[in-house]
Amino acid sequence: MTEPQIKPDAPAIEIQGLHKYFGDNEVLKGIDFHVDQGEVVCVVGPSGSGKSTLLRCVNLLEVPTSGRIFVEGAEITDPDIDVDKLRSRIGMVFQSFNLFPHLTVMGNLTIAQQRVKGRGKAESVQIARKNLEKVGLEGKETAYPAHLSGGQQQRVAIARALSMDPDMMLFDEPTSALDPELVGDVLAVMKDLAHEGMTMMVVTHEMGFAREVGNKLVFMDDGMIVEEGVPAEVLSNPQHERTQAFLSKVL
Amino acid sequence: MAMSPRKRAQMWRAVQYVLLAVLLVVGLLVADLGTLRGVFFDLDILRAMWPDVIVTALKNTVMYTASGFTFGLGLGLVLALMRLSPVGPYRWMATAFIEFFRGVPALVVFIALGPGVSLAFPGREIPGGNLGVATVALGIVGGAYMAETIRAGIQAVPKGQMEAARSLGMPPGRAMRSIVIPQAFRIVLPPLTNELILLTKDSSLIYVLGYTTATLELTAFGREMLNQEKSLTPLVGIGLCYLMITVPLSIVVRRMESRAEKAR
Repeated sequence: MTEPQIKPDAPAIEIQGLHKYFGDNEVLKGIDFHVDQGEVVCVVGPSGSGKSTLLRCVNLLEVPTSGRIFVEGAEITDPDIDVDKLRSRIGMVFQSFNLFPHLTVMGNLTIAQQRVKGRGKAESVQIARKNLEKVGLEGKETAYPAHLSGGQQQRVAIARALSMDPDMMLFDEPTSALDPELVGDVLAVMKDLAHEGMTMMVVTHEMGFAREVGNKLVFMDDGMIVEEGVPAEVLSNPQHERTQAFLSKVL
Repeated sequence: MAMSPRKRAQMWRAVQYVLLAVLLVVGLLVADLGTLRGVFFDLDILRAMWPDVIVTALKNTVMYTASGFTFGLGLGLVLALMRLSPVGPYRWMATAFIEFFRGVPALVVFIALGPGVSLAFPGREIPGGNLGVATVALGIVGGAYMAETIRAGIQAVPKGQMEAARSLGMPPGRAMRSIVIPQAFRIVLPPLTNELILLTKDSSLIYVLGYTTATLELTAFGREMLNQEKSLTPLVGIGLCYLMITVPLSIVVRRMESRAEKAR
């Protein structure tokens, strides 16, 4: 097992010739794509287009069938690399939150800090407090996830990821499971994060967020990247007919 | 006469209560209360059982069961993880072990581990005497049952829990220990309690090794008393002792469940 060699000037995420099959079904058909440091990239597209699979390949929750993926210059698809080390640099937020229901909010935010980063109790609690405050949930330390609303749970999940001091964040449809009136709080937290310069890759259906916060918009369909560019331009003047068809339905 | 469904349900329940009361009254009329009391609830015999029934028999039953259950829980967890392992031979070995010891009567396991071991390995035996054999035998039988329960519990924890733990950088073993297994045990708490209660009663099978007055457990104790008295009272006595174990256990587990429910 080799320690990942981080190269500070490399792109945050670089994907080369990525293919992914589930059985005989090819869900990713050759993806080449990168995310620069500090960039906010939004990935949009119809359901089944492979955008979530693409995101999950970045931290190897899905293992690519072929192709290479580099995270800060270190190849995460290298079979000899210490994947856990690299993963702890990549925050991930799931559509269904995936908070640990048997732990309090504080437990959720500190367990990986202590078990993975080896931080002491006092330090991890302090960092957890700071991140809870950042997502606007100070005072919820002793609550269990089941006692929080969906929007609060998702903000705890963001704080949990941030407590590992990640270099980048992956968001897998973070607002899709939320009641409409709770979406705004989560998007506001993500917007703050983007303004602080966090590198973000966001799979989303929130075109408003993509336009306002994103540096780059990637449109995927049928396992391929169909079009990418500055969000405002792609959204108002899509070049490809499949992009046009999709946007006419969602906008 | 037309009756509303609710009225009919009430009527039906009233009939049930009346029937139950009639049975009770008939039973009391048929029985001779004096004889009944002599056979089942002779206070002198109950007094004679005291205090050995508690300090020896109940203590031994609790010790055999607790020790066997603890060993079985550990074994069951290991077997469950082997069943879920991507490594083929681990899975096959665990499956064979589980199928075999679930299928064989517990009595056979006790005989095999007690007299059986002495026959197969002359001059050797399982260390720890009766407690040692009870621990291993109850552990093997209980472990084989609990393995399947625990495996189902682990599989009932949503896949996203493991993914979230791994995405935070936890290695698979750590994610299992800190995130998945604690949740799995909450799910399987009721069936595991069931298994503990079954083992409490199976601990009586240790009689196949023979016993001294110091190693008597509840059932053997009751049987010994039965040989001395013309009354079934000793069985009532040990029955009450078994209830003294299982009823508080059920109450504690129900408390634990309702506490876990709050966090869900």
